[in-house]
Amino acid sequence: MPNALLISDLTKTYANNVQALSQVNLTVAQGDFFALLGSNGAGKTTMIGIICSLLHKTSGEVNVLGMNQATQLNNVKRMIGLMPQEFNFNPFEPIEEILINQAGYYGISHRMAKIKAESLLRRVELWDKRQDIAKSLSGGMKRRLMLARALIHQPKILILDEPSAGVDVEIRRSMWAFLKELNAEGMTIILTTHYLEEAESLCRNIAILDKGQIIEQSSMKKLLAKVSQQVLILESAKVLPAVLPEVSFEAKRLDDYSLQVILDGINISSALNELSKQGVEIEHVRSAQNRLETLFLRLTSKAG
Amino acid sequence: MWIAYKTIVVKEILRFSRIWVQTIFPPIITTSLYLLIFGGLMGERIGPMQGVDYLHFIIPGIILMTVIQNAYANTVSSFFLAKFNHSIEELLISPVSYWVILLGYISGGIARGFTVGLGVFIAVSFFVDLQIHSIWVVLITFLLTAVLFSLAGFINAVFAQSFDDISIVPTFILMPMTYLGGMFYSVDILPEFWQMMSKFNPIYYMVDSFRMGFLGSSTTDFSISIVVLLSMILILATVAYYLLKRGINIKT
Repeated sequence: MPNALLISDLTKTYANNVQALSQVNLTVAQGDFFALLGSNGAGKTTMIGIICSLLHKTSGEVNVLGMNQATQLNNVKRMIGLMPQEFNFNPFEPIEEILINQAGYYGISHRMAKIKAESLLRRVELWDKRQDIAKSLSGGMKRRLMLARALIHQPKILILDEPSAGVDVEIRRSMWAFLKELNAEGMTIILTTHYLEEAESLCRNIAILDKGQIIEQSSMKKLLAKVSQQVLILESAKVLPAVLPEVSFEAKRLDDYSLQVILDGINISSALNELSKQGVEIEHVRSAQNRLETLFLRLTSKAG
Repeated sequence: MWIAYKTIVVKEILRFSRIWVQTIFPPIITTSLYLLIFGGLMGERIGPMQGVDYLHFIIPGIILMTVIQNAYANTVSSFFLAKFNHSIEELLISPVSYWVILLGYISGGIARGFTVGLGVFIAVSFFVDLQIHSIWVVLITFLLTAVLFSLAGFINAVFAQSFDDISIVPTFILMPMTYLGGMFYSVDILPEFWQMMSKFNPIYYMVDSFRMGFLGSSTTDFSISIVVLLSMILILATVAYYLLKRGINIKT
């Protein structure tokens, strides 16, 4: 079975001599839910632009489902659905028309396009707004419109560039559920995001792009296992002693009822036992930071 | 490909139809004023031109002027706006061939040119008894003119970086060329040198042929006009296709 995406030695140098991508190699298997992370300007949008034929590459190869982009461009285009970072629709067109037109560009008849548009607009909860012009939608609605548009021709690979930007928590959760559903049905999803929690909860594999180069590519599980250190906030029902008792891990009193602990090579139950023996009873535990975020910052600062 | 082409054309027609107050209505009003002032009021003092009264003489030129301006305006504004709001990416990521994209936009320009040209023709018919010598000459000239100026508008839109850039060409190039192409006069009345210079202006051939379709008389052979127009269409179509395929000012 060919890979959903196979990128070899991809390089992009802009006219102003800025090198956005440098000899990038990347493989995404079919059916994967793949995260492409990187700071602003790392080259993620450039890479997506090249995959989707919106930008010229300087050198290298892009293969989609075993088809070379250079020789089978139209077949490659049919396989990909793109939800870009920036809004890229005519703001004065009614949203149902945007979807029907997009379907038309892929050769889908008007009658079929109407059926597909209705089903997708219902799925992203925009059916009631179908006659409204795109300009009148909120930021989150515009993102959902672009998601529906990306799916109108039933692509095999869905590329999402910052899908959750400007989307509220409730809608974000429902969008995640929809994406998980699509992935379960066999669609390969490639996602770039600034919400590392999003990547951690959705994606199985991950690549980190920094200054135009892939600095890490592995499974999410393996990558997260690299983070042994955990920072937790512990909350007590009783007022904590002014000076915390001696413990085998780093602990800092934050206020009368909470303390921050850094666990490195020690598990949470041992830490709670130790505190209990010292008379500190903990009622609630929460994570002070996202593990992927810790790792991401560590990797990108190391590369810099 | 047919579905994709039809989609672009319908989208273009809906676009200019929705804003008919800006796109269809004003040229009909402006043209009616031209005819009232130049044809109706001043025409009697000017006297006959090319063997017909002045009002009947200028009507074909004025209808063709609206076709030229509207075919050009449609493609230049539509394609520039698609670049400006990035909706052109909807087409670029899809498997629509560049020829179909170009043909779709050109057809949009033809549709607007036809709508406005027909609107002017109908408006004029209320005041003047219009006769058509050859409907085929009128239609062929209209079609070639609309295609040529839709292509020119498309090329302008590719190069335009700002809204100013889409009004510079119509104001400083298109308008003088239209006025100096024999729209208001017969080139026969010009000194010999300027008669010769007029023949370098493609609009002269269009106006002359279009007038022949209405009045039955022209200053240049119809077949020469067709050859000139087809040659120019071929050149501009090749340029427009090249620009689109290379992604000039569209892809980086």
